[in-house]
Amino acid sequence: MKKMFLSRAKNSAGSPASGVNSTLLMGSILVAVVLLSALLSLVFTPYDPVQANPSVRLSTPSATHWLGTDQLGRDLLSRILVGARITLLVGVLSVSIAALIGTPLGIWAGMKRGAVEEVTMRASDILLAFPALLLAIMFAAIYGASTVSAMVAIGLASVPGFARVARAGTLQVMNAEFVLAARAAAQPPVRIALRHVLPNITGMLLVQCSVTFALAVLAEAALSFLGLGTPPPVPSWGRMLQESQQYWGTFPLLTIVPGVSIAVAVLGFNLLGDGLRDKFDPKLGRGKA
Amino acid sequence: MLLRLGSNLARFVLSLCVATIAVFAMMRVLPGDPAVIAAGENASPQIVASLAHQFGTDRPLVVQYWDWFSGLWRGDFGISYVTRTDISPLVADKVQVSLILVTLAMALALAIAIPAGTIAAVRHNKPSGTLISALSQLGIAIPGFLLGIVLVSFFALRLGWLPANGWVAPVEGFSSFLSRLVLPVMALAGVQSAILVRYVRSAVLGIMHEDYLRTARAKGLSPLRALAKHGLRNAAIPVLTVTSVQFSALIIGAVVIERVFVIPGLGSMLLAAVGNRDLLTVQSVVMVLVAITLIVNLLVDMLYTILDPRIRAA
Amino acid sequence: MSERQLLEVSGLSISAGERTLVSDLSFSMATGERIGLIGESGSGKSLTATALLGLLPEELSVSGTGRLHGFEHNLLTAPERAMAPLRGDEISMVFQEPLSALNPLMKIGAQVAEVLLIHRTLGTRAAARARAIELLASVQIPDPAQAANAYPHQLSGGQRQRVMIAMALANDPQLLLCDEPTTALDVTVQSQVLELISEQVTARGTGLLFITHDLAVVARMCTRVLVLNQGRIVEQGEIDTVFSAPNHPYTRALLAASDMSATDERGRLFTVATAGNYQPPALRAAAPEPVVAIPNPRPFAASFSTESSPTPTHRAIAPLITASNLSRSYHRARTSLLGPRPVVHALANIDFTVVPGERVGIVGESGSGKSTLLRILAGLDTPTGGDAVVAGTSIAGAREADLSALRSELQIIFQDPLGSLDPRMRVADIVAEPLLVPGQSLDAAARRATVLKMLNSVGLEPDSANRYPHQFSGGQRQRISIARALVNRPRILVADEPVSALDVSVRAQVLNLIADLVDEYALTLLLVSHDLSVIRHLCQRVIVMKDGRIVEAGDTEQIYINPAHPYTARLIASSLDLSEELARAH
Repeated sequence: MKKMFLSRAKNSAGSPASGVNSTLLMGSILVAVVLLSALLSLVFTPYDPVQANPSVRLSTPSATHWLGTDQLGRDLLSRILVGARITLLVGVLSVSIAALIGTPLGIWAGMKRGAVEEVTMRASDILLAFPALLLAIMFAAIYGASTVSAMVAIGLASVPGFARVARAGTLQVMNAEFVLAARAAAQPPVRIALRHVLPNITGMLLVQCSVTFALAVLAEAALSFLGLGTPPPVPSWGRMLQESQQYWGTFPLLTIVPGVSIAVAVLGFNLLGDGLRDKFDPKLGRGKA
Repeated sequence: MLLRLGSNLARFVLSLCVATIAVFAMMRVLPGDPAVIAAGENASPQIVASLAHQFGTDRPLVVQYWDWFSGLWRGDFGISYVTRTDISPLVADKVQVSLILVTLAMALALAIAIPAGTIAAVRHNKPSGTLISALSQLGIAIPGFLLGIVLVSFFALRLGWLPANGWVAPVEGFSSFLSRLVLPVMALAGVQSAILVRYVRSAVLGIMHEDYLRTARAKGLSPLRALAKHGLRNAAIPVLTVTSVQFSALIIGAVVIERVFVIPGLGSMLLAAVGNRDLLTVQSVVMVLVAITLIVNLLVDMLYTILDPRIRAA
Repeated sequence: MSERQLLEVSGLSISAGERTLVSDLSFSMATGERIGLIGESGSGKSLTATALLGLLPEELSVSGTGRLHGFEHNLLTAPERAMAPLRGDEISMVFQEPLSALNPLMKIGAQVAEVLLIHRTLGTRAAARARAIELLASVQIPDPAQAANAYPHQLSGGQRQRVMIAMALANDPQLLLCDEPTTALDVTVQSQVLELISEQVTARGTGLLFITHDLAVVARMCTRVLVLNQGRIVEQGEIDTVFSAPNHPYTRALLAASDMSATDERGRLFTVATAGNYQPPALRAAAPEPVVAIPNPRPFAASFSTESSPTPTHRAIAPLITASNLSRSYHRARTSLLGPRPVVHALANIDFTVVPGERVGIVGESGSGKSTLLRILAGLDTPTGGDAVVAGTSIAGAREADLSALRSELQIIFQDPLGSLDPRMRVADIVAEPLLVPGQSLDAAARRATVLKMLNSVGLEPDSANRYPHQFSGGQRQRISIARALVNRPRILVADEPVSALDVSVRAQVLNLIADLVDEYALTLLLVSHDLSVIRHLCQRVIVMKDGRIVEAGDTEQIYINPAHPYTARLIASSLDLSEELARAH
């Protein structure tokens, strides 16, 4: 009881509420920037992102081209805006695939225990030895480079993460006496899963979504950089980096612009995840204590 | 303890076997007969059949799997359907390059992350601790290959201090070997250490609130000595777990880094094979990469047993 | 500060930001004196001890002075450099949770030797190790040389606490701080550990500051007591005086609520509200006639068994619960490659019956299988042998569908009042949960009405229905649990340590509520507790369990007065009772 008390005192003074909110706020802002860029690109881009214009190739930022142009004279800002679409599309779909498969599996394993749990967890251990990028490279080898195979590969590779988080949360909830009380009140397993388990692990799952999203952005960028992601002419941030290769020493802007975009997106989702974790964890701790 | 090591080993072998089935199913069964792919689009059925016979892909899948699987244990990966050459010597050659790169990167990452993470935890409400945390947050957001590009642009292309790319085997010239290794290892380790710092920090922070650390203080140890004597070994356990999980990320990170620095390792071999649609080579390299990850996981599992008496007893 | 004075604390205040946790606390301790610091959770008692050791979390600020004999600095503000040599040498501390207080990765011997090496009591590692073994022997750890080579998880809870004591006393400190050192231990172990602390501090002339919530423990261990309430000392003085003629209403309330042998005219325990009529046990014993009229004080259970017409021992009535040869065993992880997996028998061949309307207590220490038994009876665990028939439902081999009849007849209350309520559900939904089973025909409005009525019966306001569990105090949460258990009008109420996580003053209220509702709803009660006095108060019959077996069963009063089994006798002897402790002191 004393420990609980001390840790509460620590929380109230050690990590002030403003700190928690600022992480969440920063993350939300960065994610919003990426999201708005993608949405904006649907209705408006300053130039056609794939239209080459040799007269203005490799120009530095100016009033006409805010972020400058690339080796073919294409407007970098327009390409970045459209590239955000691919980044978000791959992120959203791969996270959805992972969450929709991994979460029920994890809850099932955590509630059923025994052989179900053993098999699920062993399988996810083995799948963990296949990182998203490796799976995506394999898919690219089989089906050729495409956005869809990238999304599916990254999604599948992220299933174990969700399964593990969901299982760990479920075990914690299932050990709580309120679940015993629900069972004693004749609540069927599906209702226990939906009414007790899922609401209590939602916080953890949101954190996992955020973290997985960041990893998906990184994997997609690497895949495009290797030339195995979204095929041309659709601009993607990773391939913009690859195309900048010849100009590393001479025209660093070509590297900096997509590089910073990737970093902003990843940082945004990671900060969002951290902020959510700070927001949800103490509550779960309280539920447990 | 022996029992535990035995069960670790059994689990490793089982995982490896399941992984071979998964890789075989994905690379060999899904895409269809390699003979059809190798023969090209307009080949006659006779040519396909003769190729299939030559590759052995006209046999039942189970037999083919067994053939490949039993070959793996002898270090025989078979003959490439595209280049028609033996895959094994090539893998043996490349795996050395990749292992050097990955091992050095992990060592450097840990050498940075353990002290930095500990400082970040001990000084968590002071500016230096916050700075380390912020830097690591930023480091995680930068893809390894981007860091590689930045390092090349600056140290090789701008300053000319180090070669931009390439590989020299240590026997051919140790100093050129080292000079070509510095940038790729830094690129790989940089991002890894940023990730590990966060875990070291949270592990040490967790330990700092443990009752036994308070006991150590009550015995008369100073905060730092209490942490060093009683905390770090306890904190090592969760950090070890993360290191084990991160190893697969490091290996796949190396694949991309090899591309940036034009290093002839397993990554370059894999990407070249993907480009050629040389599926058996892809299958072999993937299997090697996965096996390395599983071996590292096994070693870490064994290390737990040594480190933690509670596991040892069970 | 005089020669005999060991410790002088004045004006000790601790605050977290704006919030004051301990305010203006002053006391002094003579050499070798034993002072008890009692209070409920959040009273600031642990913070006080931690402050004397200079180990408060950085976020808390402390003011005041603390002078220790022979130490030039103020304990509360001295720099780390001055305090570190003092800790473990002149001032030592024993903590509540002996498992987490020991480093899990370090051998016991090395942990004890460390404190000798830090303070250079002994110069060499070998000498320190040898001395550590002697110290382990002095705290009566069997085979100390072997224990020195063991890791903490290999020792029992009581042994671990002995190790902590050996460590704390290694350098013969002037002052020993004990923070609830026996709260996490079993009753029989508790009395041994208390005995050990007592012996050791007496032999060494060590001053003792003993922190606890348990008045009986203080009465056993200390000569003087400080009563702490919300960070303030409300009363202090000699134990005899304070406990027999308390000045402050809070002290009186604590005494009243702790005294499980005293009841009011309705046979209910005294609570904070009714403490005015309470007579401290010392006076009760001293005065031949009660000063304030308590006509025939009798425990609730006794009142019931004498007045209700069908005596529960009447075997003609068909039993409501029958356990026959009930067993539950678990497989442990393998310890050797060959040979079978080790089996743990949590329950072995349990036989008993409970007739309708009976109140049966199950008492036992940790690992006795009492909770496993309850869970099996509630259909939450399955037996591996034998069977239990509860309200006509056979448990063995039953599937969830077969248990629906049982689920409507039997409900359970758990120990942890927060953990047993879903933090993300409103109280109304929590209480309504048992109503949402197939076959229940109540519509939403009827459910709500039922829930509100139930909340009212457990003494909660109607507006609590829309709040979340964390907005309630521990005692209120346990009321919510009780409301949920009874909303479906079960015939059997099963309670697993329902008050052991609650503060003393709340405990009596919850026990009275259970007693009231058992009367009102004519429930059959099955109550598990480690605390004999709770069972003695509520139950007519008791089942004593040890290591998964029933060692004795029968009428509570009879067993209490005249236990047949040596284990029961030991259990009763080890249970501290406030009035007995005070009588002993006289």
